[in-house]
Amino acid sequence: MRWFWIDRFDEFVRGKQATAVKNVSLAEEHMHDHFPGAALMPNSLIVEGMAQTAGLLVADAIDYNRRVVLAKVANAEFHFDAVPGDSIRFHATILDLKPAGSLTRVTSKVDDKLQGEAELFFAHLEPGEGVPKLFEPEELLQWLDQMHIYDVGRDEAGQPLARPDW
Amino acid sequence: MPSRDEIFEKVKTALVDALGVDDDEVSPSATMVGDLGAESIDFLDIVFRLEKSFGIKIPRGELFPEDVLSSTEYVTNGKVNAAGIAALKTRMPFADLSKFEANPSVQNFANTLTVEDMVRYVQSKLSA
Repeated sequence: MRWFWIDRFDEFVRGKQATAVKNVSLAEEHMHDHFPGAALMPNSLIVEGMAQTAGLLVADAIDYNRRVVLAKVANAEFHFDAVPGDSIRFHATILDLKPAGSLTRVTSKVDDKLQGEAELFFAHLEPGEGVPKLFEPEELLQWLDQMHIYDVGRDEAGQPLARPDW
Repeated sequence: MPSRDEIFEKVKTALVDALGVDDDEVSPSATMVGDLGAESIDFLDIVFRLEKSFGIKIPRGELFPEDVLSSTEYVTNGKVNAAGIAALKTRMPFADLSKFEANPSVQNFANTLTVEDMVRYVQSKLSA
């Protein structure tokens, strides 16, 4: 089982910004106990959705040649709860990118209202730096296809992204 | 060129944001690792924030010379040797290494860098 907290990308501009959608549903099991009769999506999982949106944007920018690991969450604020029926739009922007790490800013909106915001800092680790291999290439590609990255993705010149041949 | 106090205030903001410490913990004499709890990944975060805040570029290893501290040329039996101390002084003219020189164990280096060193580093970059 994988830990998917975004449903698809609507916008993906290589090395710059991306927008992903997460539809919150009462069918998700964790909602049944969180909380009975008053289901809401935990903000910790919203952070995970933010991290998947920004993490894939960063991983693509460095050609998936290092393991992109969420290292720090800074200045996170949440303004209201996301509940079943809500469609969350995560918008991630790369603020800075170096070989060893990246700084991103991510917002979450419901109906254009700002639900949450955070700065996410990612470490880019080489194999052997204490992180197990996260994906097999074909499994990663399957996820990227499921996220529609190569349907909506563009490079900075506006050209479609080429699907890698792994 | 901003004053020393203006630089200190901006360095303090960067450290508060990067390390999640309180304003009053960031005194000039506070050590980055021992007092403020900075870990290796935090130094990269701090580099991003200082670059943005001051409009400077910080090459890898300039602020925290991890390559010197892990070099067999400069480290003998867990201590930075004379050549290593000389290399650190050349690389880090902004840092006060006098205490470290008295006991130059690599482990001690973590408690050498202070907030004031950060301020002096930024000053040196801005005046370059």
